[in-house]
Amino acid sequence: MQTFDLEAQGLRALNSTLHAQADNTDQTHWEIVNPKGSHAIAVGLDAPIEVNIKGSTGYYCAGMNKQATVHVHGSVGPGTAENMMSGTVIVEGDASQYAGATGHGGTLVIKGNASSRCGISMKGIDIIVHGNIGHMSAFMAQSGNLVVCGDAGEALGDSLYEARLFVRGSVKSLGADCIEKEMRPEHIAILEELLERGGCDAKASEFKRYGSARQLYNFNIDNAY
Amino acid sequence: MKDDHNGAPRTVPIQSATFSNPVNAEIRRAAATGIYDIRGGGAKRKLPHFDDLLFLGASISRYPLEGYRERCDTNVTLGTRFAKNPIQLEIPVTIAGMSFGALSGGAKEALGRGATMAGTSTTTGDGGMTEEERGHSNKLVYQYLPSRYGMNPNDLRRCDAIEIVVGQGAKPGGGGMLLGQKISDRVAEMRNLPKGIDQRSACRHPDWTGPDDLEIKILELREITNWEKPIYIKVGGARPYFDTTLAVKAGADVVVLDGMQGGTAATQDVFIEHVGQPILACIREAVRALQDLNMHREVQLVVSGGIRTGADVAKAMALGADAIAIGTAALIALGDNDPKWEADYNALGTTAGAYDDWHEGQDPAGITTQNPELMARFDPIEGGRRLNNYLKVMTLEAQTIARACGKNHLHNLEPEDLCALTLEAAAMAKIPLAGTDWYPGKPGTSY
Repeated sequence: MQTFDLEAQGLRALNSTLHAQADNTDQTHWEIVNPKGSHAIAVGLDAPIEVNIKGSTGYYCAGMNKQATVHVHGSVGPGTAENMMSGTVIVEGDASQYAGATGHGGTLVIKGNASSRCGISMKGIDIIVHGNIGHMSAFMAQSGNLVVCGDAGEALGDSLYEARLFVRGSVKSLGADCIEKEMRPEHIAILEELLERGGCDAKASEFKRYGSARQLYNFNIDNAY
Repeated sequence: MKDDHNGAPRTVPIQSATFSNPVNAEIRRAAATGIYDIRGGGAKRKLPHFDDLLFLGASISRYPLEGYRERCDTNVTLGTRFAKNPIQLEIPVTIAGMSFGALSGGAKEALGRGATMAGTSTTTGDGGMTEEERGHSNKLVYQYLPSRYGMNPNDLRRCDAIEIVVGQGAKPGGGGMLLGQKISDRVAEMRNLPKGIDQRSACRHPDWTGPDDLEIKILELREITNWEKPIYIKVGGARPYFDTTLAVKAGADVVVLDGMQGGTAATQDVFIEHVGQPILACIREAVRALQDLNMHREVQLVVSGGIRTGADVAKAMALGADAIAIGTAALIALGDNDPKWEADYNALGTTAGAYDDWHEGQDPAGITTQNPELMARFDPIEGGRRLNNYLKVMTLEAQTIARACGKNHLHNLEPEDLCALTLEAAAMAKIPLAGTDWYPGKPGTSY
């Protein structure tokens, strides 16, 4: 395992070192110590490596990740795993705003709570939150799955497209064009796989599914608020 | 006129300037449909513009350069502040961001071909980077937009510069809409959305909310791209002094400033005509911000919005811009609104020169459409040739003016070379009114 002291060696050296790892690298395990809330840690990775961050991070940790597994042993600032393409990001603590924003693929697991706008504009990513999520989550979410084992804040799924939202607890309010939908067997199967992938012991039968009413899909003045 | 008042003269009918025929027609249209008008393009109303400025030329106190022989350089380097690989352009006229989706793949290819032949850059748009565009563009600027349609790290790394779009001149503070009729299978796939549904482009970025966040976002983009790419920040012409100041503070290499004449693929007409400022009013304020920060020429300024000729280019540069971007003019050069399609325009209820329903996907010229039959009308090779010609003419025109002002580089043009024809232009551009040494607001003078 390679250990990298972020405080001593600096962000630029960290990211350039991680970017230099090829698909067939032997240095597959990395440990980053002293992150101390720094921004843009482990961004733009594109190799099948595992990066363990020992502590909390600032903005955009693991942004635009591809292939890599990034495991944060702490909490993360805004925009973690933003625009992720593939791979896995696991957060042991809480996540600030915009977790998983615009993610195209991969899996984001947040074992604590996520703040507002979790999964905003998501485009294929799967997000599993063990705790609660804040307001305006899944705003304009296009595709992918958002699983919330706790409660959801106001305006969940506002202006939603085709993403699936699964919530076990309460939903403070639904956003424009977001409705509760029938949980059919195929959705139970999808959710069970997501819960297993996210390390949740919740039962799929305890969740409700939300999705788009598809009433905003084509321009109509009656849809203006 | 019929006289039925015992021979006494009557007043002639007078159309109201306030309730003019076009205004009344729009009221009737709104009353009939209940839907506001969406269209493409930029502001159509008459605005203070570069036509309201004139160059003074050389005289006894100014020594001109020979019009055809003496050297007058046009090159520009963008992104010298932080980027490892600044963009080197042979001419200061670039192609503004226009999306694949709004434009056909062939039109994007033509923009790349023409820009490359002319030695300048072109820019992606909402919807991501196409192979046609990357393949035919020697210098390609990759837009980073609120929707993040098609955004991915591979394209970030294969672009030549990144343009973070905060706003655009046609709609500062507004998002966009690509209506369902233009969402082909390919467009839908690039944007991760079903075919045929309207695709909203958000008005603000999903993962940052202010200049402090933006600074961190720029850090992330630089880290992902190894600090190689120049990072532009594009703003609409709203508050140019403060927006430029904040863009520089956030770490921009280049500020792109787009006035309200700048076009859009589709936005409400009321937005296009009533929000934002004309580019003439924005340039000097942006330059003042750069000068106050001691960053003029260190952070380059690219301006756009209604640029049509080499005279416009020269005037914008004399006001302090480092480079120019064109959008609508480039489409016209490709063949948009060409009178040869007049019968087709008439069939759509419009006429060549006025066609602006680009969002409906029925462009007779095959440029702002995804309809295969219409797209087949457009030849990207010929389009590229025409764009190259047009860019060459603009550059030659700007050089001609610069030489007449005694300048051996377009960047040496300066406010002192200009006078203003109107009080409005004098005030906005901070250029003396013709025949005077005064402009409204000139320090040391009263209004």
